[in-house]
Amino acid sequence: MSEKREITLTINGCTHAIRVDPRRTLVDAIRDDCGQTGTHIGCEHGICGACTVLLDGEPVRSCLMFAVQAEGCQIRTVEGLANGDELHPLQQAFIDHHGLQCGFCTPGFLMLAAGVLERDPNISDDDLLDLLASNLCRCTGYQNIVKAVRAAAVKMGAGR
Amino acid sequence: MKPAPFRYHAPKSIEEAVETLGEVASDDGRVLAGGQSLVPIMAFRLARPAHLVDINGVQALRRLAVEGDRLCIGACVRHAAFHQPVVDGPLGKLLATVVRHIGHYPIRIRGTFCGSIAHADPASEWCLVATALGADMVAQSTRGRRTIAAGDFFRGIMTTALEDDELLSQVRLPLLPTDTRFGFYEFSRRAGDFALGMALVAFRVNDGKVTEPRIAVGGIEAQPRRIALAEQALAGRAPDRAAFETAAEAVAQAVDPLEDAITSAEYRRDLARTVTRRALERAVA
Repeated sequence: MSEKREITLTINGCTHAIRVDPRRTLVDAIRDDCGQTGTHIGCEHGICGACTVLLDGEPVRSCLMFAVQAEGCQIRTVEGLANGDELHPLQQAFIDHHGLQCGFCTPGFLMLAAGVLERDPNISDDDLLDLLASNLCRCTGYQNIVKAVRAAAVKMGAGR
Repeated sequence: MKPAPFRYHAPKSIEEAVETLGEVASDDGRVLAGGQSLVPIMAFRLARPAHLVDINGVQALRRLAVEGDRLCIGACVRHAAFHQPVVDGPLGKLLATVVRHIGHYPIRIRGTFCGSIAHADPASEWCLVATALGADMVAQSTRGRRTIAAGDFFRGIMTTALEDDELLSQVRLPLLPTDTRFGFYEFSRRAGDFALGMALVAFRVNDGKVTEPRIAVGGIEAQPRRIALAEQALAGRAPDRAAFETAAEAVAQAVDPLEDAITSAEYRRDLARTVTRRALERAVA
């Protein structure tokens, strides 16, 4: 009943011409049609945040959008964080502060924090906790994620 | 799970949106705005719409503007638009206070004000705001345009006065007089969860006495509701602890609480009393 559509997604500055059903979620298109598998799929109904990507600079759940809706938008995924061999301050801070164990939720947390800290590295501690409550992690107990994001925020604020 | 197949329509104008909706409404066509409620229920296959009319490309629906004594919120205005006050005075502050309780930040980036109103979850913060303040809902279809008062709009759990072929094109909230005091209190088990109970109150104080009280609760009954007996109990009294406790007790007596697997009606009745008292206290804090 539904016909496939030709669309172009722009992910980390690269364009991907793909052909998808309207029901194809953005995260499935990013992973399966565009081959960018750094973004993970968790719950598929907007609860866990593992699939968080930046859409025109703001963090969104890519399981709650259809790929056809993202045409013309700038999509940024975890593959777009590092600058060559130089890790993004958030990536380095997650390593330094042991902010991950199994790593499944990590791309989502990185994109969630990157979207907000790149605009507002001076975010208050309360607002930061509220933000990080958006995503789920079953390993770390969150303390080290909070520490890592706070450390990255300091570094990103100082770099301005 | 993945959503079931559907036909996708992406109109560019309100007229085109309404026309498309009119054509597909009888064939289980639905409006897609922010998608933060609709897409999850499609993923669970609780909803399997045959058509989605995606209104995100309709520029005119992004309008957020004051017209006369009303704040007009277009169907594509997202929750995040209210993070900072959108108008001077109490209404802008009220919306900025309430919005922080809606889901999480990424949800607020996509989800829309009008989408929440049309979805009509009993625990929706915006439905409570619309009820407490007396919003007007503007419904458009190929048959014309009509305005529905908040008191007539909500008809039960996820049920509204909208017809299948009607688009909720905007919600109009009354601007509040500058000396209006408001208080909001929500209880949920975790940050970002749906409210188990919440209250929104607003009133003015004239010569030390409460005037124009509005007391509404959400998440307690099938739909948000102003509690007339509580408003009458508060009107004309000094805004003090005794008056607040009387009003809160009136709410507890008036409500017919929802029950579910983990919360009893009695629990919600107690919660209604507590959230009302705390909202009233916040209004004078």
